[in-house]
Amino acid sequence: MKKRLVIDKVLFSLIILFSFITIMPLFLILVYIIKEGIGIVNWNFLTGLPKPVGESGGGIFNAILGTAIICLMAFFMAVPIGVGAGIYLSEKKEGRFVELVRICIDILQSAPSIVLGIIAYLWLVKPMKAFSAFSGSVALAIMMLPVVVYNTEESLKIIPYSLREAAFALGVPYYKVILKVVIPSGLSGIITGILIGISRIAGETAPLLFTAFGSPHVNLNPLKPMASLPLLIFNYALSPYPEWIKQAWGASVILCFMIFLLNLLSRIGTKRWKVTL
Amino acid sequence: MEGIKDRIFRFLIFLCASTVILIAAGMCITLFINSLPVLKHMGVSFILSSDWDPVNNKFGILPFLVGTLITSFLSLLISLPFSISTAILLGEYLRKGRMAIFLQNIIDLMAGIPSVIYGFWGLLVLVPIVQKVEIKLNIIPYGVGIFTASIVLATMVIPYTASIAREVISLVPDDLREAGYALGATRWEVIRCIVIPHAKTGIFAGVLLAFGRAIGETMAVTMIIGNRNQIPKSIFAPANTMASAIANQFTEATSDIYVSALIGVGLVLFMVTVIINYAGRYIIKRLEIK
Repeated sequence: MKKRLVIDKVLFSLIILFSFITIMPLFLILVYIIKEGIGIVNWNFLTGLPKPVGESGGGIFNAILGTAIICLMAFFMAVPIGVGAGIYLSEKKEGRFVELVRICIDILQSAPSIVLGIIAYLWLVKPMKAFSAFSGSVALAIMMLPVVVYNTEESLKIIPYSLREAAFALGVPYYKVILKVVIPSGLSGIITGILIGISRIAGETAPLLFTAFGSPHVNLNPLKPMASLPLLIFNYALSPYPEWIKQAWGASVILCFMIFLLNLLSRIGTKRWKVTL
Repeated sequence: MEGIKDRIFRFLIFLCASTVILIAAGMCITLFINSLPVLKHMGVSFILSSDWDPVNNKFGILPFLVGTLITSFLSLLISLPFSISTAILLGEYLRKGRMAIFLQNIIDLMAGIPSVIYGFWGLLVLVPIVQKVEIKLNIIPYGVGIFTASIVLATMVIPYTASIAREVISLVPDDLREAGYALGATRWEVIRCIVIPHAKTGIFAGVLLAFGRAIGETMAVTMIIGNRNQIPKSIFAPANTMASAIANQFTEATSDIYVSALIGVGLVLFMVTVIINYAGRYIIKRLEIK
């Protein structure tokens, strides 16, 4: 009798211990990044441009701007198509074509990020014969697409049908019912989905390796190579210069901060809208 | 009678859905067509040969396949005790309350850290530690290699297994648990004899999905696996996974056949992850119907 109780206690402690070890890496990594990187983060670091090797100082403005531009372009590609496809799925619900769309979303969802890089390379970089920010955004948009579609569909599926019937009864045409009644009711889920999608792509490096490629200058032309934060961290991290490695830590602080902020926003969003729904 | 605007709207959302299909189909076709040259050149030995020698136009991807499988399996093995413990803690012991929300948020944050930062941290913190261990064990102290990559990968996949396993564990009906308690079972006995058996298919699906992630994970692995194109002789040896081989060599590939070989690696990687993910999702979908 006693032995069973002891086993129970022992295993409970083990579970606590293992769970504790599980979350340790997060703190270890965050503490290390902040310890190494926070010292370098200042106004010049955020607004300056990279300096040649050997000169101290220099900033990562080009990378921050590049990440913003690339993600924004991906956003404008993935959101309309994703929301549209999500509406289609939530309206049709079944049928052969719908099944096919679902399978394709699963395929897109499970495609490794490096493969998306290859695809964007073959579709855009190779025919245009130049690395470009646009090709990187296409790769990221493909990555973001399934998240947007899935969350749109899920949040529109749970809107009660009576809501639509009420609108139809008032003689509102179909497209207006969807745009003015169904979508606003499911907006929280759609926006959350978009935010999750952006935080998924904002830290991605692999699809940009041979598409956006990186650049030490400020570049606003989407058809030319463009810097991005994750790419800069990757390149600096593997460099032999201590100055660059320090800058990579600083960039890591900024990138983590950005992604945590996006996570927080999506959480606040869900909480707030859930109340009003 | 539908108005013209309604028709346009229906057509537009249909177009969006078709675009999804076009992209997915286009990806498969593009990968296949572009890896045809190397498939013709190498035949079956593309997969069976362990000789990856781009200078002499020999492309056998067996070293990458082996490297990928070992790294992913090892990382799953390392991560399993931790992810299952966390899932049990969240699904059984701490089902509500601040602590549960806190822990869940931490797990979500872990999933949010970019891969390149895991790799960076692994390279500068973990690699020196592993090197010291290797010196003590009297093996060549590469530091980088399969073992180090597996530890970092394990950290990265824990959130996936833990979240899914937690979900499945909390789906186990309370009646079953209460029946166990009524018979005088301790909490652990209920977990071991009732909850885990009931949830094991779902947990397996979670493990499969984590496996799919581990196989396709690129940046962290690329930075710490050591980039060597041979079948690894021990788990401490440097190697290459399919993803890291592409990331390391794609921009260096000069000849057309070399590029095609790397795209072929991408095709194999793509097929493997799609199949594994499909299996995982299929299991999860079936559970939901139940």
